[in-house]
Amino acid sequence: MKKAVKGEKMVKMLNKSTGNEGDISRQYKEHTSRKYTYILSGLVLLFVMLIFSISIGSVDIPPMEVVQTLTGHTVSVRWDSIIWNIRLPQVLTAIVAGAGLAVSGVVMQSILRNPLGSPFTLGISNAAAFGAAFAVMVLGTGSTHSTVGDAVVISNPYTTTVVAFAFALAVTAIILAFSRFRGVTPEVMILVGVAMGSLFSAGTMFLQYFADDVQLASMVFWTFGDVSRASWSELALITGITLCTVIYFLLERWKYNAIDAGDETAKGLGVNVEKVRLRGMMCASLVTAIIVAFLGVIGFVGLICPHMARRIIGDDHRFLIIGSMIMGSLLLLCADTAARVLIDPYQLPVAVLTSFLGAPTFIYLILGGRRI
Amino acid sequence: MILEVDGVEFQYKSKEVLKNIKFELKRNEILSILGPNGVGKTTLLKCMNAILKPKRGTVLIEDEDVLKLEQIEIARRLGYVPQRCEPARLTAFDAILLGRMPHIKWNITTEDVMIVEDTIKKLSLEDMALRYIDEMSGGELQKIGIARAIAQNPKLLLLDEPTSSLDLKNQLEILDTVREVVRKENVSAIMTMHDLNLAFRYSDKFLFLKNGTIFAAGSMEDITPDIIREVYGVPVTIENYQDISVVIPV
Repeated sequence: MKKAVKGEKMVKMLNKSTGNEGDISRQYKEHTSRKYTYILSGLVLLFVMLIFSISIGSVDIPPMEVVQTLTGHTVSVRWDSIIWNIRLPQVLTAIVAGAGLAVSGVVMQSILRNPLGSPFTLGISNAAAFGAAFAVMVLGTGSTHSTVGDAVVISNPYTTTVVAFAFALAVTAIILAFSRFRGVTPEVMILVGVAMGSLFSAGTMFLQYFADDVQLASMVFWTFGDVSRASWSELALITGITLCTVIYFLLERWKYNAIDAGDETAKGLGVNVEKVRLRGMMCASLVTAIIVAFLGVIGFVGLICPHMARRIIGDDHRFLIIGSMIMGSLLLLCADTAARVLIDPYQLPVAVLTSFLGAPTFIYLILGGRRI
Repeated sequence: MILEVDGVEFQYKSKEVLKNIKFELKRNEILSILGPNGVGKTTLLKCMNAILKPKRGTVLIEDEDVLKLEQIEIARRLGYVPQRCEPARLTAFDAILLGRMPHIKWNITTEDVMIVEDTIKKLSLEDMALRYIDEMSGGELQKIGIARAIAQNPKLLLLDEPTSSLDLKNQLEILDTVREVVRKENVSAIMTMHDLNLAFRYSDKFLFLKNGTIFAAGSMEDITPDIIREVYGVPVTIENYQDISVVIPV
């Protein structure tokens, strides 16, 4: 309420100071230019964090040397190797996966008109994880090893992704079917998601039961998501699909704004709501599936980051889509950096940290503080 | 005629909801669709802009059949205001700007922004232009909904129970706004209404639905207490108070 009064005062004050035609448009442009500033600031922060994250770890590399190495100047062969082979792919994977999960969450929240929607809370992540595990264990699209670092090597990323996507789609179809029922509250939808999540976790456990020791150890791969696993080629595939999906989401940004205003308003504005919903959910599931297949389940990023971005930038998808992506990248990058240094020399899977962060936030959202 | 509706029929599953609906509307006229709950008022309104697809019939806007147009083309001709506008973390300006969506290709133009500003001024919403709509009252939200539909630059406005859940002051303000827009913007409006007195006060034409068909239609002088009794099952008298017709149940 305070904000409303403040806004009113601001408008009145500005009206007084100028009083010319076009005042409202000018004020509006000032208002939107602030959002561009937020986005730009976010990008700068992300870049700083990227350098910082590359520079710290079991071997500390000064930030200036990181920048030099990244711009193609060899400072030390050892650092060169650490940065290009280990740290940079990991950091970029965190950025892309964070952005991908957050953008999936923001779109799901909009098209399902459910503030609790996200790939994880709707059970889509777990379904994709089961699909990927199924592909590797049963269809032989990858091999399993006992070493912790490379527990699972995916030899056929395309089939693995397709199978993960197929299972993610199955859950999406169920969620969409439920969303058509009148009077289904956001909480009920999440309960359906929990049921789906449990079902596919049980599926993964079923696979574990028949797995040998080596396979069993490697199953943990999908349970605790970790961004240090992706190779450059896997990162390229995740980035390619995330990028295409984001472009599609950006093209649809007005439609998501219209759906936020209610299905009927959207239809009255010429939006084919059912089509937008179906395609949006499919694209969001695809991004989720590819991230989960290669990195494992990373919970809550898709739920929290859109809400954090909404808090700063509002619900306008022209800014919210990019804002959520930056927030997702930042959060996952920070979490991954923390996971690397917290119990040095050991490295925690990043999903452990996001879950520590996400679980209380999720409960807070359920208890009614939808706008965190 | 701006609107000619002919032989519109709508079926929900196997149940016939609307049968042979036929009426016309001139420019700058307001038509109220009246009738008891569940008679198909909202369904008829949604058939006008193909939110619901009629089984048969034609809806001509300036001699063009709306039902054969793409949804986006329909949105360029008809502005629709649902019963309830959902709040979001958007400013009123953003929410009204959404009305330009059927005309936007990739991004908004200066013209779009100017149209929104004009709409805000016409409806005297200057004070709330940059306020967030999730902090607004029901009446304010309804005004934003109407402003959004006007920014669509339509030829016909469709309003689904625009005064439901509003207090007396807001009811009068909203309908004054609708009347002013219709007079100044050279458009027409169709509203579904429950309150007969408000409908009589603000509309030029009336359409009474009963059992899914038009029971009676016309202007104020054609409406008799018998029609209302037949449609609603309540005996009434129509009195005149300072040139305003008032329905009183007896």
